[in-house]
Amino acid sequence: MPKRTDIEKILIIGSGAIIIGQACEFDYSGTQACKALKEEGYEITLVNSNPATIMTDPDFADQTYIEPITADTVELVIEKERPDALLPTLGGQTALNVSVELAESGVLDKYGVELIGAKLPAIQKAEDRALFKEAMMKIGLAVPQSGIAHTVPEALALVEQIGFPAIIRPAFTLGGTGGGIAYNIEEYEKMVAAGLALSPISELLIEESVIGWKEFELEVMRDGADNVVIICSIENVDAMGVHTGDSITVAPIQTLTDKEYQLMRDSAIKIIREIGVDTGGSNIQFAVDPKTGKQVVIEMNPRVSRSSALASKATGFPIAKIAAKLAVGYNLDEIPNDITAETPACFEPTIDYVVVKIPRWAFEKFQGTDETLTTQMKSVGEAMAIGRTFKEALQKGLRSLETGWFGLDNHPLEELPLSELPSKLSIPNVKRIFYIKAALARGMSIEEIHAYTHIDPFFLYNLKEIVDFENALSESDAHQHIKRHLKGAVSHHASQNGETDGVFTKRLLHQAKQYGFSDRQLADIYDVSEEDIRECRNELGIEATFKTVDTCAAEFEAETPYYYSTCSSEDEVRPSDKPKIMILGGGPNRIGQGIEFDYCCVHAALALKDDGYETIMVNSNPETVSTDYDTSDRLYFEPLTREDVLNIYHKEKPAGVIVQFGGQTPLNLAVALRDAGVPIIGTSPEDIARSEDRELFKAVLDDIGLMQSPNGTATSSEEAAPIAAALGYPVIVRPSYVLGGRAMQIVYDEELLHEYMNTAVEASPEHPVLIDKYLEEAIEVDVDAISDGNLTVIGGIMEHIEEAGIHSGDSDCVLPPYTLVDEQIEKLKTFTYDLAKALRVRGLMNVQYAIKNDEIYVLEVNPRASRTIPFVSKAIGVPLAKLAARVMAGKTLDELGFTSEIEPAYFSVKAPVFPFNRFPGSNTRLGPEMKSTGEVMGIDTDVSRAFAKAQKACGYSLPLGGKVFISVKNKDKRAIIFIAKKLTDLGFELIATHGTAKVLLRNGMEPELVFSIGKGRPTIHDYIKNHAVDLIINTPTGDLHRPNELLIREMAIAHDIPIFSTIPGAAAAVNAIDALQRGDITVTPLQDYFQML
Amino acid sequence: MKAILALADGTVFEGEQFGATGETVGEVVFNTSMTGYQEVLTDPSYKGQIVTMTYPLIGNYGCNEADVESIGPQVEGFVVREYSAYHSNWRSKWSLDTYLSEHDIIGIQGIDTRALTRRLRVHGVMNGCLSTEDMDPESLIAKAKAWHGLVGWDLVQRVTCPNPYAWKNQGDNNSDAKYRVIALDFGIKYNILRQLTEHGCEVQVVPAKTPAEEILAAEPDGVFLSNGPGDPMPVGYAIDTIQGLMGKKPLFGICLGHQLLGLALGGKTFKLKFGHRGANQPVKHLETDKVEITSQNHGFCVDIDSLPNSIDITHINLNDDTLEGIQHREYPIFSVQYHPEASPGPHDASYLFSRFTEMMDEC
Repeated sequence: MPKRTDIEKILIIGSGAIIIGQACEFDYSGTQACKALKEEGYEITLVNSNPATIMTDPDFADQTYIEPITADTVELVIEKERPDALLPTLGGQTALNVSVELAESGVLDKYGVELIGAKLPAIQKAEDRALFKEAMMKIGLAVPQSGIAHTVPEALALVEQIGFPAIIRPAFTLGGTGGGIAYNIEEYEKMVAAGLALSPISELLIEESVIGWKEFELEVMRDGADNVVIICSIENVDAMGVHTGDSITVAPIQTLTDKEYQLMRDSAIKIIREIGVDTGGSNIQFAVDPKTGKQVVIEMNPRVSRSSALASKATGFPIAKIAAKLAVGYNLDEIPNDITAETPACFEPTIDYVVVKIPRWAFEKFQGTDETLTTQMKSVGEAMAIGRTFKEALQKGLRSLETGWFGLDNHPLEELPLSELPSKLSIPNVKRIFYIKAALARGMSIEEIHAYTHIDPFFLYNLKEIVDFENALSESDAHQHIKRHLKGAVSHHASQNGETDGVFTKRLLHQAKQYGFSDRQLADIYDVSEEDIRECRNELGIEATFKTVDTCAAEFEAETPYYYSTCSSEDEVRPSDKPKIMILGGGPNRIGQGIEFDYCCVHAALALKDDGYETIMVNSNPETVSTDYDTSDRLYFEPLTREDVLNIYHKEKPAGVIVQFGGQTPLNLAVALRDAGVPIIGTSPEDIARSEDRELFKAVLDDIGLMQSPNGTATSSEEAAPIAAALGYPVIVRPSYVLGGRAMQIVYDEELLHEYMNTAVEASPEHPVLIDKYLEEAIEVDVDAISDGNLTVIGGIMEHIEEAGIHSGDSDCVLPPYTLVDEQIEKLKTFTYDLAKALRVRGLMNVQYAIKNDEIYVLEVNPRASRTIPFVSKAIGVPLAKLAARVMAGKTLDELGFTSEIEPAYFSVKAPVFPFNRFPGSNTRLGPEMKSTGEVMGIDTDVSRAFAKAQKACGYSLPLGGKVFISVKNKDKRAIIFIAKKLTDLGFELIATHGTAKVLLRNGMEPELVFSIGKGRPTIHDYIKNHAVDLIINTPTGDLHRPNELLIREMAIAHDIPIFSTIPGAAAAVNAIDALQRGDITVTPLQDYFQML
Repeated sequence: MKAILALADGTVFEGEQFGATGETVGEVVFNTSMTGYQEVLTDPSYKGQIVTMTYPLIGNYGCNEADVESIGPQVEGFVVREYSAYHSNWRSKWSLDTYLSEHDIIGIQGIDTRALTRRLRVHGVMNGCLSTEDMDPESLIAKAKAWHGLVGWDLVQRVTCPNPYAWKNQGDNNSDAKYRVIALDFGIKYNILRQLTEHGCEVQVVPAKTPAEEILAAEPDGVFLSNGPGDPMPVGYAIDTIQGLMGKKPLFGICLGHQLLGLALGGKTFKLKFGHRGANQPVKHLETDKVEITSQNHGFCVDIDSLPNSIDITHINLNDDTLEGIQHREYPIFSVQYHPEASPGPHDASYLFSRFTEMMDEC
């Protein structure tokens, strides 16, 4: 069927802030959908609260609403825009849930909006556990034994039938939040209670455990003519019991025969038909008993998912784009396959390589939480790697993670006592793949490792092959020959089997490369430098070759240059002679480096393409828009390491390489690449170093007369103590060269300082610890600027709401500033111009300032794209990253027409979103170490309303009335009076602990008294548990030895009660409540705001 | 042990041997299916061919007794990127290495199979020589060049059954069979027989040279024309047989059976540049406009324009618009170029077996 002409305007809902289980993959899918539908001539209305997304760029939709994704706000958008249809399947669980809510409440009917892609009954059937189970039984498919519980007693009755271990899955939660495996009744009761609280409909599925079974996924697409195709099959290396988002996964399926695979394929087709997803993609998970082959259906997502993004990148088949086209009426055979151009999209991709996806976790940021991997997803990002063998793809994947591994390494685990191995193998954990290596290296058999891990022996055998080969490389004879060859001493010396050193070395290194060993791993084995290995390889003619991802295993010619490297006999890349620029991406998402940097890379590619350059993208993150094959002219899906990037550089010979857009990942490579002759464009690596090196930076500041907070450097605990004492506590301590404030802390006394120096960091002369005087209660300001080397223009000045000391990524901030005076703003501008000039910035620069007692201190300068670039760009209506890319390629700001600052007549508030609900037991206190996974934006002409919108978008709807609990540290007692008074005026009832209550009483308020924890009942905990409190203001003393404060925060988070832990935050919240009481939220598209500029 | 694959165009791939040792010549073709290597190996249609799998890891799930399409492996040689010495699957009985060496099939691994595939795509399938004995590339190239190739060669005689036999599905006594079907064996895949049986047919398999009169004398409800290897042109006796059956009995043909039917109808066949071999070929069913993902294995094709007016085109390949299925307007005759019996591959087209039984019902 051709496309529908009875609909003209389509509403697309995005997925909001980046959270665990819902990351940039939905920007990728949403962006593809917007592009595809616009291309078809539809008018697009978009709602997404996440400013760091490409889809919220004003060009991608006709009306872009950066507004909270809640049913009431989206209803306002519908009322205003009157779309004909709503496409609910491309914005993850968030969009799906909101769409269901709008459909069920009758809003869609009221405004005549049609759900396209998946209708309400289909969504309900797939998402509701009971309906899904019933549907599966109807079509004769097995599901694990299970039952539904809405209460604790129901759950207890169920587990008696099902037995332990039992799986708990709350309904309608994303990424399996609140789910888990209980092995005993005690654990079970705990998880049931938590799950019931988290499920929006208080519903749990209690399921028979199929732990240890093999886990598989199929990505299925269906069109309106009922054609169904499988886009990709995925096998999890980790068996059932580990969330697929936390599993190492492989595409395609490796250990099923065709008979078994076709059975699964038939089931998948039956399922998508029975559930009734009209058009689009679905993800279906299966478990298979490794002993009998029995297949059971685990679950289905009736929408595009994280796995769909992976499947798209793994096969080259753009699932989201095709899903969007199917939703408006096209059939699969009417859509061309972009990659081959000559064949239709109605086929099943076949691949001739192996894809491995490896998750990346951030447990180091959430110490104190249980690090066991379970059915609840905990990873914050992932890397994908492509190779011609599993071994090669796995090792490439491990080095793509950028966690200090260069493949299947072993050194950090060498010390592990043998007795600990069984538990490290049987309890799934972040480093399990390395423990398997350790076990293999110590001679544990595949069978034994399989018994502990349930990982299929096929994968274990492949790991063993890597280990055995590494042993062969290090074995003394081989070692001698290769070492001799590396030194070039005796090149014709014959080895045992009559080969010369050259032939012998060539044979071994060639195989090492085919097994995915990096030069760095080889260098470690032979105790030489990485460059020595590279030279030796080049001399022997062992070089990386590039192959194409083409959806068809070379059966047709590929039109789209999407490449991966391998060691083989043929290279398919034919570099053009056009001027080219290569952009290095940000690699896997992590806390502190995520979608914002991908946004910048995408902008660079788009801008430079417009300027006539051929753009080359290098990245390893499958969730991103940057790795979409039509974002850049050429895409290399490769690890971001020196070796891999140099391989591409030598192949393509670009005129310039951009390292300042992908976050710390490419920046860390800058010097090594420059030293290898790579032309880095933009701010030079030397100048970048001047901003990062403590001493050099001090000199820069001294030169231009700017102040830093008093500071010092220590290489040991003994050295640190007198420095801190001289500066005066509290001090901020951190290791040099970090991103996202890793291991950065505020330290209040000497005891804590010693604890920090001895346990948190490994200080050494090469890695000193920086100690800064902590500027208490200073106002922190972020400035983003762009410079062409001559002219510097400020993009935005963001005033943080929380005081300095909380990582800028974790702070709420306001653009333009809401309390700074003109004189301060002018000073900030001048300082920024001076810094840009001193650091010879070409491109973007971010400066963090602290203002205390009217003095301005420079906290940090980053001469690169910052996390706030997308936010600022959306606040001021200027695509800063695009301008910066053009500046780096040689344009001046004058030529680009951006010569003066923009001060919008409306306010933009950025607010962070935290993953604490995934890490129970971890420290929820905010500090200099960044912990948020994402952010949202609220825009309004009134700053308080903008703040309210941002809070709402974070999932914290500010209450308009009810009870407020107030407990503040002594220092804040003065400041709280006005806030409390105002809350009383707004109609709130106050609850307070003894100390705070007394102050409030004296000032004419009548708070209800609660006991401090441990001093009597009821305490605030009782109020929280009874949902008898609506807002909490609790400023902690900063004393780490007072766990009660943390507990309040943790409980508030678990019960979704808004909590403010700073006075400025509380004040902003109270103003926002005031604004909300005066009038309802209104919605306005970005395009209208930009008209005001 | 070292092994070398040399192509007639002078390209040489050096790799490692697995399976049997020795030397073999054949037409080198590629298959893009990611699963089902055992079915591919045992498909008699690959007689005369050295098959390379485009999926790089082969052998992962071993081999078993059930997943066979004929008495044993039929390919002349087997080419893979990485052979997995470890086999993991609850049904696995032997490693692929053991399976091939027991059936005397030479395998080569460790070569750049994608480079080989690209060469075949660009230059067309070509003859090759695979050896573990002769390590002289020039000599191997010469042997590849000297080989006669598939065109004009009746390979059916190498794979058809010597004597008629009654097919029985494992564990099934066929007691409730409704239809009596004679299957002309040009190199029939077991799964066709299994499917026919499951659809209520009692199948008698007969040698390819069985004449029409003999078949008609047995008074079957329908006749099945099987798949098979190589060029249909030299299989003249089968064309005669089919002509003798047309209009007299319901006919259903698959693959070579379809090509022979095309020739019997007066059509022409031609050789495709590199054939269709895989499990992801989209075929459009013109009556319903629905698309089937099909399993295919053929190097020759019926020319769509050569067919008489008495024939309706029922199926078309969406990738290259070649003919995939026909139906006779007057007689109960239909055939498809692809493999509805799958094995390996998707089951999307299994409805064709029902169509055959419906046709027999109607007659």
